[in-house]
Amino acid sequence: MSKLIELRGITKSYDGEKILDSIDLYIRDKEFVTLLGPSGCGKTTTLRIIGGFETPDEGDVLFDGVRINDLPPYKRQVNTVFQKYALFPHLNVFENVAFALRLKKLPEDEIVRRVKEMLEMVSLKGFERKNVNLLSGGQQQRVAIARALINRPRVLLLDEPLGALDLKLRKDMQIELKKIQKATGITFIYVTHDQEEALSMSDTIVVMMNGVIQQIGTPTDIYNEPKNAFVADFIGESNIIDGVMLEDRRVSFSGHVFDCLDTGFDSKEPVDVVVRPEDVDVVPLDRGMLRGTVTGVTFKGDYYEIIVDVCDFKWMIETSDFVGEGTEIGLYVEPDAIHVMKKSEFSGQFGDYSTFSDEMDNLSNPDAVDGEEDTAGDE
Amino acid sequence: MNKKRSFLQSISAAPHMVWAVLFIVTPMLFVLYYAFTKEGGGFSFENFTNLFQAIYVSTFVRSLCYALIATVICLLLAYPLAYILAKLGEGRQSLMITLLMLPMWINFIIRTNSLISIVHILGFFGTPVSVILGMVYNYLPYMILPIYTVLSKIDRRYLEASMDLGCTPLQTILKVVLPLSISGVISGITMVFVPSVSTFYISTALGGNKTTLIGDMIESRFLGSSGAINYYMGAMLSLILMILIFISMWVMNRFSDEKDGGVIV
Repeated sequence: MSKLIELRGITKSYDGEKILDSIDLYIRDKEFVTLLGPSGCGKTTTLRIIGGFETPDEGDVLFDGVRINDLPPYKRQVNTVFQKYALFPHLNVFENVAFALRLKKLPEDEIVRRVKEMLEMVSLKGFERKNVNLLSGGQQQRVAIARALINRPRVLLLDEPLGALDLKLRKDMQIELKKIQKATGITFIYVTHDQEEALSMSDTIVVMMNGVIQQIGTPTDIYNEPKNAFVADFIGESNIIDGVMLEDRRVSFSGHVFDCLDTGFDSKEPVDVVVRPEDVDVVPLDRGMLRGTVTGVTFKGDYYEIIVDVCDFKWMIETSDFVGEGTEIGLYVEPDAIHVMKKSEFSGQFGDYSTFSDEMDNLSNPDAVDGEEDTAGDE
Repeated sequence: MNKKRSFLQSISAAPHMVWAVLFIVTPMLFVLYYAFTKEGGGFSFENFTNLFQAIYVSTFVRSLCYALIATVICLLLAYPLAYILAKLGEGRQSLMITLLMLPMWINFIIRTNSLISIVHILGFFGTPVSVILGMVYNYLPYMILPIYTVLSKIDRRYLEASMDLGCTPLQTILKVVLPLSISGVISGITMVFVPSVSTFYISTALGGNKTTLIGDMIESRFLGSSGAINYYMGAMLSLILMILIFISMWVMNRFSDEKDGGVIV
């Protein structure tokens, strides 16, 4: 697969504030790439630069090897599904979808045929004459996708396209989008702040923060081998503990020396150690590598989420057996459950559950909580 | 409860009702009464048949033509100006709007009179051109403001979507901006056409006796020299003018409705 789009050293500032800091990225043909990060990380600006709505201060945008920095949006083989759809309110569903074809002055019967085809693909057959302002969010979303795809672009840009939908519809649309991408063979560049969405849909995830790409990789790479504390924390739950690399495959943290699989560090190098909550086994005290006291238990349906105090560091652990608050337990960690990372600017900012509570979770991520309530209601 | 509430509602509406009856309905009835009364009293169609005299017909036609031309010129001038205004930065926008409004704070009579000297210098005083210029000059802001208001509210995302789908900047204006601003255009046309078609001072001040408009005729029937005073004919002229304006408004609204309707159905 060849490089279809390439960004080289892209830098962009607004009012003296650096939004993007020398972004290097290439996107292969027919790939589903997700730009993932919290709001303000520069992911939307990156997308807008590819779409032609912003020009980079420095660096080059290449399309099929040709520099397109100054090519206006209407000359690019790229179409966009906008964040709040931006359907033309003065046109009905049919005319919105037909918009790009009408510009090309195609014969009427071809326009009708292609619009019908497209509406069928997004399951909106029979909606041709409907007023777009009267459609539901999910329907508007589908019209926006149909409108952007009808031009048969090489690349489709999607700017948080599912952000306004409720959880159940969002899940359905994720599957549908992936299906559409496979069926059409169009390269998708998808922007989201929802890590679950990114993990389940993408071929490649680009994690961004503070205008810098933190990591590029497949969903499994990103999840299993995060490069720094920010990525580890942003993608799923992580316990991130200060450790010291003793030698290859030997790391010490929380007062214990562990076997691990990581190599390539200096001897005695301080590191961040990541252990995912689902990778820690709760065992009797005598068999534990670490021992700790349970300080909180939350029932999550198919598992319990417990907070365990180990040497004044609060771990989050997922376990299927109930453990009461105040119990002393042993913890067992397999070598392949340990992931060692170099220290970074994010060290010490993430991965400690001492302030963790359900309320905090709600504050920082209202969507997830709404979603959980929704699913509970359905069942 | 329900009854009491509707009683309260009618009480609160009462001042408006009194106002409407006193100052809108009653004068209308007077106009109607006078229009169908002959000099010296008694019901008559005389005023109506008099309308078909050449002098009245030509004046009506002239008024409509001048107002139409002035409206079209205003629209052609105002739309690009409003578009540029809406694209300016926030601070400069309000400065430009203030500059546009500034002439409107000066008395209408003074504005028109100062135009007299300018037209004299330019050498076309007393011609239809000077009357139309007077209309355009006086009513242009009423065209700019509603269009500007609508344009400045158009979401940028629509323009981006249009460019994204292949529109050049010019095509974006024609296919997206223009249709989305049609309501501003309609109200601008209304706000320029109605005062233009019924104006009397502009034509008196800037035109010669060949540019008499229907407004001038009505004025002279009510306030002119003793020979010209004829309340009955004046009332008939007002009535017809009113009906003409109603018809043009109706056509205009139908036009804008149809645009929406075509989209929905």
